[in-house]
Amino acid sequence: MSSKEKTWKEISMAGVCSRSSTGFMTGDWKTYMPTRDLEKCTVCLTCVMLCPEGAIRFRPEMKKIEFDYSFCKGCGICANECPTKAITMKLEQE
Amino acid sequence: MQKQQKQETMALNGDEAVALAVKQCDVDVVAAYPITPQTIIVEKFSEYVANGEVQTEFVCTESEHSAITACLAAAATGARTFTASASAGLALMHEMLFVTSGSRAPVVMAIANRALSAPLNIHGDHSDSMAERDSGWIQIYVENAQEAYDSILQAFKIAEDTGVSLPIIIGLDGFTLSHTLENVDVLSDEMVKQFVGERQLPSVLTHEGKTVPYKLDPDNPMTMGPIALQNYYFEFKRQQEEAMQNALKVIEQVNSEYAQISGRNYGNGLVEAYKIDDAEIAVICVGSTSGTLKTIVDELRQEGVKAGLLRLRTFRPLPVEALKNALENLEVIVVMDKSMSFGGEGGAVFHEVRHALYDGKNHPKIINYIYGLGGRDHSPRELRKVFEEAMRIAKTGRIEKQISYLGLRE
Repeated sequence: MSSKEKTWKEISMAGVCSRSSTGFMTGDWKTYMPTRDLEKCTVCLTCVMLCPEGAIRFRPEMKKIEFDYSFCKGCGICANECPTKAITMKLEQE
Repeated sequence: MQKQQKQETMALNGDEAVALAVKQCDVDVVAAYPITPQTIIVEKFSEYVANGEVQTEFVCTESEHSAITACLAAAATGARTFTASASAGLALMHEMLFVTSGSRAPVVMAIANRALSAPLNIHGDHSDSMAERDSGWIQIYVENAQEAYDSILQAFKIAEDTGVSLPIIIGLDGFTLSHTLENVDVLSDEMVKQFVGERQLPSVLTHEGKTVPYKLDPDNPMTMGPIALQNYYFEFKRQQEEAMQNALKVIEQVNSEYAQISGRNYGNGLVEAYKIDDAEIAVICVGSTSGTLKTIVDELRQEGVKAGLLRLRTFRPLPVEALKNALENLEVIVVMDKSMSFGGEGGAVFHEVRHALYDGKNHPKIINYIYGLGGRDHSPRELRKVFEEAMRIAKTGRIEKQISYLGLRE
């Protein structure tokens, strides 16, 4: 283990986190990733509401949505639910 | 220190004594599922709830797995929590026992010790809680209903100590103690309240950089029960071991504080020695059998035999030093086990007592008796044979059988 890691005497008991879990990138193991067609997207925000990971953000200043691939698990709910079929799931490696 | 006050003598069985103690400890949440021979504890306590005698939130769960999980969740909010079980019920809790201790939730659980199936058996032995000895719970075994009552009061104070913060099992022998009426001296509610006090919470550092009491609190959010992989899991387990070692001191302190208000103590809280100082032979046991064994020690003493008894009251954490000090100068030790460690060459208590003596100056001869499985009776006459075998070994210096079965048809 890295020497930066704390010892058992330095950490809080029972696994209480001393750092926010948002620093822990959990989206790096997906098989499929969502991609978006700006032409078709009506910014209805259905995907933003349905994403179980909160990994789709609405950027009002740009009037568009954005995927946060650091947390997206590639479940495909957004693509399945999009009323205008603006989201497509693609293999991440492509 | 508080002076001893008058106590009321009540006729209670072990289970009722436990229920009364829990009532007096002002417990916030009791979640339980009934199982023989523990049932009376929960029945009696539900009467207190129905009569409005306690403010406790009583949760009837659909299984023991849910009961312990509800207790863990309640304890996470800072609540004082109690449950009770036995045998298959405790076995069903197995997974959550580790989550409870790993989450450092000071849940108090009474276990009316009972055999495990198969074959189905509802009677008393230590198979259930001995099988959970590595689950991270403190384990104290009592000799009688009085001690069951006293130990529950002590249990909250031990488990909730901020240097310990571990769950605790108080084991009382099924039927022998759980269903047998005894005179039990009971402290006043006020005395118990003063002794046990409010639940104390250890401090933790949260992701917001704040040091706050360890409980779920919307004003001070924290992450409980997260994932810890190769990087941190090991460190958290080492903390639990430290808490266990701290518990050794806390159990001793609580035992002596309790003696000051009640006039009752149980050895040093860890082990209870009976006529062992000048003894040449001694029997080590856990639980209610020590009552009978004390009578036999008295008989043998009258006959001029230097016999003694050591009751291992606290099994987890194992009081290695106390065992070593009490036993290393004896000639012959007999360890009594009321459970089997199949294929393990002797029972759990035997293994551990023998382990405690390995680094001692002297090594007494040591043998093991497995007895009382599934509630098999062990009469004074039968138990006397155990001392007689120790006397024979002391005289001849020869062990014929290291592991024997008392009261088994052979």
